[in-house]
Amino acid sequence: MIIAEAKPLAEVAGLINDAQKILVVGCGGCVTVCLAGGEKETGILAAALRMLRKKEGNPLETVEVTLTRQCDPEYVDMLAKYVTDDIDAIISLACGVGVQFLAERYPKWVVPALNTKFAGATIEHGVWEERCGLCGECILYKTGGICPVIRCSKSILNGPCGGSQNGKCEVNPETPCAWQLIYDRLKTLGKLDLLLEIQPPKDWSKSRDGGPRKVVREDVRLA
Amino acid sequence: MKTESKLERLLSQGHFVVSGEIGPPKHANPEGIKKHAALLKDYVDAMNLTDNQTAIVRLSSIAAGVHVLASGGEPIIQMTVRDRNRIALQSDLLGAYSLGMRNVLCLSGDHQSFGNHPTAKNVHDIDSIQLIKIVKDLRDEKKFACGEELKGNEPRFFIGAAANPFADPFEFRVLRLEKKINAGADFIQTQCIFDMERFEKFMAMVRERGLHKRAYIIAGVMPLKSAKAARYMQQSVAGMIVPEEIVSRMEKAADPKAEGVAICVEQIKHLRNIEGVAGVHIMAVMWEDIIPTIVKEAGLYPRPKVD
Ligand code: SF4
Ligand code: SF4
Repeated sequence: MIIAEAKPLAEVAGLINDAQKILVVGCGGCVTVCLAGGEKETGILAAALRMLRKKEGNPLETVEVTLTRQCDPEYVDMLAKYVTDDIDAIISLACGVGVQFLAERYPKWVVPALNTKFAGATIEHGVWEERCGLCGECILYKTGGICPVIRCSKSILNGPCGGSQNGKCEVNPETPCAWQLIYDRLKTLGKLDLLLEIQPPKDWSKSRDGGPRKVVREDVRLA
Repeated sequence: MKTESKLERLLSQGHFVVSGEIGPPKHANPEGIKKHAALLKDYVDAMNLTDNQTAIVRLSSIAAGVHVLASGGEPIIQMTVRDRNRIALQSDLLGAYSLGMRNVLCLSGDHQSFGNHPTAKNVHDIDSIQLIKIVKDLRDEKKFACGEELKGNEPRFFIGAAANPFADPFEFRVLRLEKKINAGADFIQTQCIFDMERFEKFMAMVRERGLHKRAYIIAGVMPLKSAKAARYMQQSVAGMIVPEEIVSRMEKAADPKAEGVAICVEQIKHLRNIEGVAGVHIMAVMWEDIIPTIVKEAGLYPRPKVD
């Protein structure tokens, strides 16, 4: 899922300084699971903003809604009845996709309340870690199911580099070296020969470059 | 002979080579490089020019190489994949060759978080092994990384790569070296060696696989300046093993600098007797002036002449 974390309260407050009434919109998807933008966090943020503004003698009115998902037009449409003329700004507690979707749909000042971090997983309660860099062409079958694109600090495809020591990455002694993990795993699987093949340069055109990527499934399209 | 590199000629003639390292400055004045190059040219066969070492912005390795050439030295330009994508790297290779560079060392580079621009976006479009292959394909296939043919002169580089016998997983280090040689590395410069025992083990594995016959292996050494530096390398430099014995020798020394030189000279003498070691690479970071002394005391002076 997408992992996000809250922006500092002061930063969010600063983005809506001029607003009298705002709509605070949570998301029931990924950001609920990673405890950053669900119904509970939406309520807390709204309350905190109201308190802050009251202290400053510039009271703020808030309306709170949490959509099932902000990355789906169906749900974003449901927000229409709350986006009344007197709403000065919308704060989105979704990932960046949700923020953009609200901004596209409604002619209002839409601001993000979260920093969208990465595609990750829950390691333990309260700890999330990045596991995929969304590179567009998965090579996990070459690396024993451990992603070097994102888990190696240098995205090396023919690792490990000379900084790998005691199983840790040279960049941070807390971070396991992805290539040590890959080596150990392939050794266990009896597939070390996979590592002897020289991997050619990656086709990054499948990745971030070239504008937004699109996946079209003709078989499920309605029109 | 694949190239016009002086380094290649010496190695192919069986000479035990000596290379040294010059760190380009954090400014645009080349006087220091010129001075060091003039000082070192009779004592080393080639000089490495580091490429934004430890991810700190410095005068470019290629530009530094031009100053070394002008001063009568033989440059080895270092090239990391951290800061440039395959387009910029190939362009720089063409440019460097046109300026007279004949040796290139292909590296991944220290991570930007260690340098003076930790918020920079790193590139890592390709890795060091892929760079080696690109340099080789330019030279031997006259092909760019995209497969397109070069329509004019190809850059004919003597291709270097790094190996670190002290990083983990240890058993994989020799296989990775083999991978670099398979990708096209002609010579290898190793990380500084302090742990001789581990290096001997590494070389035994290298010989077992016949790798010393497929690439020239140049062993890295570093003269220690102080006990503090020794301790720092032992504790804080990733991928480095410094045995306690060396640190305590430095701590007990009345003249630590002299002791550092003595240790380095001993190491070189030892390395000369290891089968498969084709030379030494002296990395005297910020202490380039000491290299002539080390070369002389190690009995490696004068250097052989080539035409
Ligand atoms: S290889 Fe690409 S798609 Fe696969 S896990 Fe890594 S970043 Fe994600
Ligand atoms: S130490 Fe391991 S994870 Fe870190 S950059 Fe090197 S190969 Fe990648």
